[in-house]
Amino acid sequence: MASTVNDASPAVAQAPKRRRRRLGRLTKKEILVVLGMLAIPVVVDLAFVWGPALASVVLSFFRWSGVGGLHPRACRPSGGLIQDNGCFTGVDNYHRAATNYPPFWPAVEHNVLWLLVFIVIATPLGMLFAVVIDRGIKGSRIYQSVLFLPVMLSLALIGIIWEFIYSPNYGLINTVIGHNQDNNLIDWLGNPHLNLWAVLVAATWRQAGYVMVLYLAGLKAADPALREAAQVDGANAWQTFWRVIFPTLRPINIVIIVVTVIESLRAFDLVYIINKGSNGLELLSVLVTNNIVGETSQVGFGSALGVVLLVISLIPISIFLYQNFKRKEGR
Amino acid sequence: MSAATADVGSVSRQQVGRRVPIGRILSYVLMIGATVLWLVPILFALYVSLRPYAETSKLGYVSLPHKLTFSNYVNAWQESDMFHFFLNSVLITLPAVIITLFLASLVAFVLTRVNIKINVAMLILFTAGNLLPQQVIITPLYRLYLLIPLPHFLADSGLMYNSIAGLVAINVAFQLGFCVFVLSNFMRTIPDEMYEAAIVDGASLWTRYWKLTLPLVRPALAALATLLTTWIYNDFFWAITLIETGSRRPVTSALANLQGQFVSNQNLIAAAAMIVAIPTLVVYMLLQRQFISGLTLGSTKG
Amino acid sequence: MAQSSTGSGPGAAGHAVSRRGLLRAAGIGAGALAVPGLAAACSSDSGSGGTTKGGGSSSKITFGSNYSDPAPKQAFASLISASKSKTGVTTKINTTDHNTFQNNITSYLQGTPDDLATWFAGYRMQYFANQGLLDPIDDVWDKIGDNFPDVAKNLSKGVDGHYYLVPIYNYPWVVHYNKSTFASKGYEVPKDWDAFIALCKQMKKDKMVPLAFADKDLWPALGMFDILNMRINGYDYHMKLMQNKAAYTDKEVTKVFDQWRELMPYLQSGANGRIWQDAAKTLEAKKAGMMFQGTNQVAAQYVTDKKDIKDLDFFAYPAINPSFGQDYMDAPADGFIMPKKAKNTAGAKKVLEYIGTKEAEIAYLKYDQWDVGLAKDLVAPTYNDIQKKSAQMIAQQKAVAQFGDRDTDPAMATALEQAIQKFIGEPTPGMISTIQQSLAKQAKSIFNG
Repeated sequence: MASTVNDASPAVAQAPKRRRRRLGRLTKKEILVVLGMLAIPVVVDLAFVWGPALASVVLSFFRWSGVGGLHPRACRPSGGLIQDNGCFTGVDNYHRAATNYPPFWPAVEHNVLWLLVFIVIATPLGMLFAVVIDRGIKGSRIYQSVLFLPVMLSLALIGIIWEFIYSPNYGLINTVIGHNQDNNLIDWLGNPHLNLWAVLVAATWRQAGYVMVLYLAGLKAADPALREAAQVDGANAWQTFWRVIFPTLRPINIVIIVVTVIESLRAFDLVYIINKGSNGLELLSVLVTNNIVGETSQVGFGSALGVVLLVISLIPISIFLYQNFKRKEGR
Repeated sequence: MSAATADVGSVSRQQVGRRVPIGRILSYVLMIGATVLWLVPILFALYVSLRPYAETSKLGYVSLPHKLTFSNYVNAWQESDMFHFFLNSVLITLPAVIITLFLASLVAFVLTRVNIKINVAMLILFTAGNLLPQQVIITPLYRLYLLIPLPHFLADSGLMYNSIAGLVAINVAFQLGFCVFVLSNFMRTIPDEMYEAAIVDGASLWTRYWKLTLPLVRPALAALATLLTTWIYNDFFWAITLIETGSRRPVTSALANLQGQFVSNQNLIAAAAMIVAIPTLVVYMLLQRQFISGLTLGSTKG
Repeated sequence: MAQSSTGSGPGAAGHAVSRRGLLRAAGIGAGALAVPGLAAACSSDSGSGGTTKGGGSSSKITFGSNYSDPAPKQAFASLISASKSKTGVTTKINTTDHNTFQNNITSYLQGTPDDLATWFAGYRMQYFANQGLLDPIDDVWDKIGDNFPDVAKNLSKGVDGHYYLVPIYNYPWVVHYNKSTFASKGYEVPKDWDAFIALCKQMKKDKMVPLAFADKDLWPALGMFDILNMRINGYDYHMKLMQNKAAYTDKEVTKVFDQWRELMPYLQSGANGRIWQDAAKTLEAKKAGMMFQGTNQVAAQYVTDKKDIKDLDFFAYPAINPSFGQDYMDAPADGFIMPKKAKNTAGAKKVLEYIGTKEAEIAYLKYDQWDVGLAKDLVAPTYNDIQKKSAQMIAQQKAVAQFGDRDTDPAMATALEQAIQKFIGEPTPGMISTIQQSLAKQAKSIFNG
């Protein structure tokens, strides 16, 4: 139980009151303060994040160009160019995405691949960097800063930077390996079998630094006493890490996994800058953008794709929250 | 961190003695190799940015320089009116970072230090909200922005849409979750006795937040300030979808102005990209020391 | 509430101060240092851009422009300053980069648009006029109508027959080449397909890329589809296909792709990963013999790269089907629209009336060395050979199309662009029929047919 209070000993009558407050019961005034503290953040979050997210779900059942209002009546077929707009289509948008929208399944596949590469390569690489830096080798500050550098750059910038690396006739790679002539060039960004991998290299370049920093933070929080104890017992660094440190890092590991999953679902800017996410670089986020933000203006259809993305995102989010609160319950 | 300590048995010391150098060498090889690889793309872009366009379009990017010049930087700075866009970025990033940290610290404080029934629901609300993809909310958000009027001293468009204030608002809303998560983890590491002592001393709830908690979570605030500055400053999506007037955009999206319809003066664009990267690097340098220590993502304390 | 035994966590050691001391320190305002300026920042959110509003007065308008490149920007500025001295209307230009402007057009027109905006002719304009996002400007055309030929008038009308646009320039999609290359190798300008293929073969022998080609931006190759379609099936069929009145499964479309397959070996490889600017560079460097693209891109690139534009020349795409010869081409026109939500319509119309004159086009073309004006019989004093030839060639056409992505629904154009990229990646008969099936099916859902 809580430590005793070494003030002048309180009157007996006051004791229950004080104890109650310590246990977190609130006075009326304090309730008002708490409400005041929460009001703005909650309203902002509901109004600008959750409200629109739910509205997107509604929109996904309509056919809408983003102009004019919505009508709760079924859509009529058009003859020629001018289409019925703002009408209710039910699940037609979803059906169309799954059966009659060529980029859809490739996009799902690429999102999964993206995730796999992050899980198998980028994240372990970042963790490895973090562990090595955490052991305190010479110049660790420099390594840490350099590896974190890509995280500080905007993805738009990263797109520009890697363009120089991959450009078919003028780029670094092709020029160095002598494949920059028209009869032998390697089309890093234009060949649909290659370009996803090329982009994933750039994405990994950024993601590894991000994971490294998150993991460093987790390692810093690990108890140095544990490590020392393990080393005194004669365990080598490898054993120390895997048997002693790693198990204590479960919470941070969960965070890393979630960040990895979400980052791979959110991947957007890089492919958008390279070729608007077509020809082998289809990703769900880009398809949503192309339909909603571009001139295409198929807001209803784009929203349906957005909902698909939302549902996929909610899976890791839910797992993460469940894990997080399971721990809390145990407190 | 020397691994071997004086009182380790001789057998294990031999093991340590044999293992450590190899491990060390491997570590150095890994880190130096990675550092070089990581720097190549950036240095290459830097190299391109220092060369005249006429030269690289003749010889390609990979060639020995005849002339290195800062003229691309000067042109990029002038042609794109960059100072003006930097100012926009400051007007967006600074308030957004400060407001986000303030609001997130309030929420985190309540979630960790006040026992109310809806804590779990609140944390779910904020954390999950931060993890949604931006594209999922953009259309309704855009409509909403067209409906919400703002006083003219905040936005001369008179609306949330196409105003810097509107951009600040969405950045705040979108980043709150992550900050609440990190800060509440950090606050949980503060010993309960401190709060008990404060209660005994008659400190009000607000005092406990403002005078006790905030100073203690300074490392976390610094770390988050670094990340938030990076994210908000680098944001591309909100800026191009919620701001319509070119002159109100932040500098990252104004980069696109340079990538005009036909000119593909990549050297100029590379120079502009380098200039745009400077502010976040400066913020990182300034807050670097607290950066790692402040990021308590999963406290090992229950 | 027992404290955990490990006592880990950052600053755990730091917490081992006496509680009293800590509280006292906090009391002396350590908290105030924590987040400096926090309270201040909350109360004074400085978000305004600080510009004054120019609403209402008929002498001030704002103009949303997508001329973000230095040269067109300069040309546009020259047009606007001429307009000010002519009409007395002060115009504030808001420039947004070309691609972003295009992507946001729907939001832009519904949001807080300027009094005037740059846009494209053809269905691209009609689409927004249909949705009631543009103001008709028939009264402006009453005054400027005599300045323009019928072609320009038709481009400026919506489906409802009202005028919605004042055009400023257009440019032809043609085959570019370097005169010096043709002279030194003794090449002849090909008039028909067989001569064209023979020339390509010869160029390949001469260690050149016959046709520079790029499609990373998705739209350039649509030009190839359009011209082959117009050469093989004629303008009317092309427009039918664009307007969802013909099916993508038609044998006419198969013919287009088959013809294209024949040309494939002579097109620069790796097109899907190359931006058109880099393709233009191979032509500039004389590594490529020809390039099919708009003068608005190739000639502009020559000027930007300070290449010898006098060496650049072009010819109309060779004839394929004798019944259509070389009668049609893509010649996209750009112009200006007035959004429905424009605030100062009177001022905006004044400016449009000026823009619809010969002298305005001449003012614009002073800095533009690749486009041509649309006014009747206009020959600007600043025209170079490319522009003179462009104007003549466009005038000879029986009809001009706007371009694949300007003549059809944007969603359909995107589907077609992506299908073409697939075809470029794998130009086989199997792929062609797959593409056709898929396009027809997508058209059904896009047009809700």
